[in-house]
Amino acid sequence: MKFRFDRDTRRRWINLVMSIAALACVAIAILPLGSILFEATVRGSQAISWNFLTQPSGQGGIGNSIQGTLILISLTALIALPVGIITGIYLSEFGKNPIGGAVRFFVEVMTQIPSIVVGIFAYSLILELGVLGVVSNRLVFSTTTGVLALAPIMIPFVARTSEEALRLVPNSTREAALALGIPRYRTILRVVLPSCASALVTGGLLGIARVGGETAPLIMTAFLSPDWFGGLDQPIDALPLRIYRFAIGPSPTEHAAAWGASLILVLIMLGISIISRTVLRLRSVSR
Amino acid sequence: MATTSEDMERLQRRPGRNRIWIVVAVIAVAVVLIAVAAFAGLFSPPAVEKIRILAAGATFPCPLITKWRGVYENTTGGRVSVNYNCVGSGAGISQITAKTVDFAGTDAPLKPTERAAAPGLLHIPETIGAVTAAYNVASLSTGLNLTGHVLGEIYLGKITTWNHANISALNPGLTLPASSITVVYRSDSSGTTFVWTSYLHSRNPGWGTSLVGKQINFPVGTGASGNFGVAGTIQSTPNSIGYVELSYTIQNNMKVGKIRNGDDSNWVLPSLVSTAAAAASFTNPPTPGGDWANVSILNAAGANSYPIASLTYLLVYKELNVIGSSMTKAKAQALVDFLWWAIHTGQDQSEALAYPKLPTSLVTLDEGAINSITFNGQTLHS
Amino acid sequence: MPLERPMHPFRISWGRGRVQFASTSGDLVFQSFSTIVALSVIGLLVLIVAILFVAAEASIQTFGVGFLTGSVWNPTAGVFGAAPFVYGMLVTSAVALLLGVPISMGIAIFLSELAPPWLRIPLTYVVELLAAVPSVIYGLWGIFVLGPVMRAQVEPAIQSVLGFLPLFQGNAIGRDMFTAGVILAVMIIPTISAVSREALVAVPTSQREAALSIGATGWETTRLAVLRYARAGIFGAVILGLGRAVGETMAVTMTIGNRNAISGSLFGQGQTIASLIANSWLEAIAGSLELSALIELGLVLMLVSLLINTFARLMVGRVLRIGEGEE
Repeated sequence: MKFRFDRDTRRRWINLVMSIAALACVAIAILPLGSILFEATVRGSQAISWNFLTQPSGQGGIGNSIQGTLILISLTALIALPVGIITGIYLSEFGKNPIGGAVRFFVEVMTQIPSIVVGIFAYSLILELGVLGVVSNRLVFSTTTGVLALAPIMIPFVARTSEEALRLVPNSTREAALALGIPRYRTILRVVLPSCASALVTGGLLGIARVGGETAPLIMTAFLSPDWFGGLDQPIDALPLRIYRFAIGPSPTEHAAAWGASLILVLIMLGISIISRTVLRLRSVSR
Repeated sequence: MATTSEDMERLQRRPGRNRIWIVVAVIAVAVVLIAVAAFAGLFSPPAVEKIRILAAGATFPCPLITKWRGVYENTTGGRVSVNYNCVGSGAGISQITAKTVDFAGTDAPLKPTERAAAPGLLHIPETIGAVTAAYNVASLSTGLNLTGHVLGEIYLGKITTWNHANISALNPGLTLPASSITVVYRSDSSGTTFVWTSYLHSRNPGWGTSLVGKQINFPVGTGASGNFGVAGTIQSTPNSIGYVELSYTIQNNMKVGKIRNGDDSNWVLPSLVSTAAAAASFTNPPTPGGDWANVSILNAAGANSYPIASLTYLLVYKELNVIGSSMTKAKAQALVDFLWWAIHTGQDQSEALAYPKLPTSLVTLDEGAINSITFNGQTLHS
Repeated sequence: MPLERPMHPFRISWGRGRVQFASTSGDLVFQSFSTIVALSVIGLLVLIVAILFVAAEASIQTFGVGFLTGSVWNPTAGVFGAAPFVYGMLVTSAVALLLGVPISMGIAIFLSELAPPWLRIPLTYVVELLAAVPSVIYGLWGIFVLGPVMRAQVEPAIQSVLGFLPLFQGNAIGRDMFTAGVILAVMIIPTISAVSREALVAVPTSQREAALSIGATGWETTRLAVLRYARAGIFGAVILGLGRAVGETMAVTMTIGNRNAISGSLFGQGQTIASLIANSWLEAIAGSLELSALIELGLVLMLVSLLINTFARLMVGRVLRIGEGEE
């Protein structure tokens, strides 16, 4: 058979080329991720030591930054998880009406507010309250304001993931429980919620990971501190903010510290991401 | 479509394995929280109440004040912590005006409008520094001769390459590369910018008064935040030049230019000695509560006086109770004690970081200022 | 148990779809409680918008519509014009889309059409991990890894080929709008590829089968049957990515060069709305016109972001609903 570069062969070649191009796109996208992890590990490990992790930034370490980030995200979660999950319950169980539709729309809107705008809101609110004399205007640079800046980011995110999780539970489950005479609220609390618990946990963990990496709202509220956590009304340090400060300076020691802190932050974020996905997959595996 | 048998299975199924993972996750989170709380000392309150003084301001003296913070905390046995956030003179002035901090740092003295917005602020010069012309050109070593006029031309964008005739005229015998100059400036509101632009204005008629101030829309160049940001940008950008406080250039082995001095008699390298010489000629300071807007030690007389030197000030309210409910008698006392310590014992730390010690006349002036600070009408130091 | 005191059943919610009855007082308490919580979340949103408007009032009154077209931002002189930052936002987003969309499409096509099943889940997972990296770490990477590569290799290479265009002229230092755009592209790839993939997967198999049955190759099937069918959803995905790009702050601040001016070259320094706010916030005196202007910028950013995202959701929602109907 004679080989001719006819139309069919050309179409096959194009198909092959495009397939390879698509694969190349995946490789191109993964490249930055690999580069970041590689650089963070190589450059960051120079800086990591026991002292680095346990000393506060006043003594050259990032111990108080790690503590600050953990305190900020756990206090935010303390407020945002219950509010978000209950809103998710409302949307999925009681929200199939115009009011629920409006709530759903506005929750969507809230998820899209840029995080720096939320930081502006927190600062302005506390400043207003300070002017009115309700709080000391010193409070603008404190843990409280930091949490106030992070909560409006986490609440709608958790509300949306909770609603999606609750929607996974088929209506037949709810109806079966109701048919047995179980009151509606007990149906929700004892039957529906437990059956999508892993998805709820996943949503919550992802929400926590999301706010843990936020820097912009903290620039105007957290202020950085050389000491360990000193109180809800005091400035607080945070890993992303500390990374930013180390990164823009000239000192190679600080650059290495920025990479080291990034490594810790990425490990925390990835760790949460991995745990949440494992929890979610376990559920589907055991089905 | 779900079948009844699947639903029955779901209702009956005790998700044992999933539950374990959820319990594990909750326990892990709780453990982390408890550990964090323990670190924070929530379970064992500190023996002595720690006094936290909050401050913000210039990056010009940042290395020194950061050093002071650590030493002073040790001196007081951990009792007093001074959190000075280096965010730029402009931010310092804004925050002390809003009274969200206890004191501020600035290299640019308050303008009349700024003084009117924050009445009762004292200027307390705490140290002296120098603004260098730092550059990153691989083929040049430190000590390139530069004049204020040429620097103005560079910052105006009129001189765009390193081997421009005006630069080589100042440096006969040096081969300058043909590469483009990348100008670096401060993107944030900065006292260092004020000092630098005031100097350019004094030496280059093309640098008008509209280009003098803390926050300038520079004609050319790229911006960075803070003295450390400009230093960092210079270090990572070949063939760049920018204005950086002396301490940063020494700590990071940066190349700096020799500037033609005020008397036009010598090329002076920025250093501890030449900065001290510039400050030595400063006489007739205003009163601490007065108007410092015209104070300048630029182009100081003397063969070895560095021409781009500046005092830098701490801004403190004379009557500390105007700060509000967060200021207590104990905190006011701690603040005053810290200030007193800074202008006396703290000066021992300054020369190692290339900041000259305060001349005796300024120390006396500052002592008067500190003695006049009151809380609820009562002086705190005498 | 007091919460289960039976009551005469009565309707406690109305509207289309299911009618809900409360049969115990516990139900009433629970539903009211959850409704109050949900409404207070909306109250929070209202509070956010209200606070921003009140604080931006002074600036809105002073500058009016000219705020968006004014090209000078001079706090000392009290002149505030947002044009350079709107420009910076548009340019960096345009670069991000130009680079990010083709790559995202390649990923979406690969993951939905070409990848073997065993590879699909791990690869999806890895691409989503890109979204889990915080913005400040992208900025760090941009300063120390991407920036030097751009300055030493990529930008000179572009300049040697396309340097005659004003778009690529100027001194390329690796810290400019182009670099910021490239990093933004990387950051929006997970968003665009995930939503595009959903749109592609929602295309009914019948469409693919029809194309294959007339002898189309894999690529031709994708191009003719799948992409065309899913184009509304893909467009929506692109707009969603744009929405994400305009709100990014840290990675942009660290790589864009912080210059409050409009530059005609991609290799020039610039500033976006978000990066300006981050840089200038602490310097603005409380209650001043500068702070008011910064807050007005924040409002502009929020409105732009909301418009973009609402438009995107409409497009994506439409396609996914059509997809459901066909099955």
